[in-house]
Amino acid sequence: MDENLLLDAVERYNNGEMDAQEKLFFEELRRNNADIDQTAAEHTFFLTQLEQLSDEKTFRHNLNAIENKLMNEGVISGNKERTKARVVYLWNRYRRTIAVAAAIAGVISFSTASVISKYSESKKVAVITPLVDNKLNQFEHKLNQIEHKLNDATATPSRPKFEANFRATGFLVDGNGYIITNAHVVQNAKNLIVENKKGDQFYTTPIYSNTTTDLAILKITDTSFNKVTGLPYTFPKSTAELAEPIFTLGYPREEVVYGEGYLSAKSGYYGDTTSYQISISVNPGNSGGPVIDKDGEVIGIISSKETNADGVVFAIKSKNIYNALKEIKKDKDLSIKLPTINSLKGLDRVRQIKKLEDFVYKVKGN
Amino acid sequence: MKTIDQEKDLLKGLAANDTNAIETIYRENFAAIKGFIIKNNGYPDDARDIFQEAMIVLFEKSKTSSFTLSCQLQTYLYSICRRLWLKKLQKQNRFNPSIETIEEIVPVEDEIDFHEKKSNDFMLMEDALKKIGEPCKSLLEAFYIDKKSMPEIADSFGYTNADNAKTQKYKCLVRLKKLFFAQYKNKD
Repeated sequence: MDENLLLDAVERYNNGEMDAQEKLFFEELRRNNADIDQTAAEHTFFLTQLEQLSDEKTFRHNLNAIENKLMNEGVISGNKERTKARVVYLWNRYRRTIAVAAAIAGVISFSTASVISKYSESKKVAVITPLVDNKLNQFEHKLNQIEHKLNDATATPSRPKFEANFRATGFLVDGNGYIITNAHVVQNAKNLIVENKKGDQFYTTPIYSNTTTDLAILKITDTSFNKVTGLPYTFPKSTAELAEPIFTLGYPREEVVYGEGYLSAKSGYYGDTTSYQISISVNPGNSGGPVIDKDGEVIGIISSKETNADGVVFAIKSKNIYNALKEIKKDKDLSIKLPTINSLKGLDRVRQIKKLEDFVYKVKGN
Repeated sequence: MKTIDQEKDLLKGLAANDTNAIETIYRENFAAIKGFIIKNNGYPDDARDIFQEAMIVLFEKSKTSSFTLSCQLQTYLYSICRRLWLKKLQKQNRFNPSIETIEEIVPVEDEIDFHEKKSNDFMLMEDALKKIGEPCKSLLEAFYIDKKSMPEIADSFGYTNADNAKTQKYKCLVRLKKLFFAQYKNKD
């Protein structure tokens, strides 16, 4: 029997479109021919799957419609009321950290550091802080407003005001407008913009986000963005060496900030081999910044720090970027080309930073 | 508080994709869930996501013939949301999952597993749909997902008649089936 015909028969049988005689005939056919019966069973299953998918899509559609309606009525609300919920949220979020910190402070006075690490390991108390600055303070907020006003005043074609409520760092991996940052930066954001050193802002959309590796890639969608050439850094596939000196650029403030340190372990939090532990001074807002060695190779991306230890920072190894690009290639058929020429090698640090600055972006979102 | 019969009706409505039933469940339960999520490291938007997903779990369950609610709908929804939120927190490695519970909860592991398997299957199907390309994708979606009639489809896709569209549809369906099962069987 032709597969098309059989599909048609199964469909009509299930929809009750067969008359009694045809039904009997079809049932008998299935009884007498194991092959046909098997194929028909498979069809039935397959069609049920499609049917359920359709049902669920309709259901989701209804859910969204109702949610919108209730939001308009004010019965439910989104993150706009974040300010109200914030105190509760922050307290809840850091309460455990505070408790642990207090407990450890108590321990320190009687015992050695090893006891502390045992304590925290056995309890597996997660005290990692993602380094996103979602406390853009009132002062900065004011500044932003003034800036906006100024922009409005100087007849430059103004774009809609962008009210950011968090800030992080990102940097170009491809001059066509692809910026890498952390997944935790983008995951709860509705809108994301990036801003370069000159203060030009561009709208972006995330094209990739992986919460396991904590990597995300944004694409600048603004038409005002022009292709950038001469990315000065490269991305090694090999693991960096212990004690290697490293530095980073990032936006823990509105202004770009330089920081330096060293590679302190080849694995990250609880032996996570996809990241490094580095010792460097970073603050919320540094998330997504590049970790660069003395030759200008980007060995990692800053992601988080241990809250109750000083200078324990985790950075995702660059190797993961290659995997991310492979996934993007596979899923979206989109090739992102990492730079292959390193023009930072051999320069002194000040010159390196001068060259670098233009490629490190502020990531803002709400 | 609802009587057992009222809740049964609500679930029946839910299974039939009835917007009134969905809205009633939303109105009566969302606030409690939001309170719970915010108390446990979440934002209001997280609450919306979790609640939506829980509604889908409930929807899937309410459609199975064997489904009866052994506790109050409110308790059931709360238990599902709690479990989903716990999973999400663990996945994001955010703080230890000693979630506070004062409410009564019922075990919902089976439901969640079922839901995860279902979403996985749906993903395979959507993947397969993506892979077959146009016009197959739009044709099949119009018929099987959006439930348009064959003459309507013939018209909007420019087929000379419904029979032609139908033949084309089955050709596409056979291809989709192959793609789907190639992945589906791989998975097991």
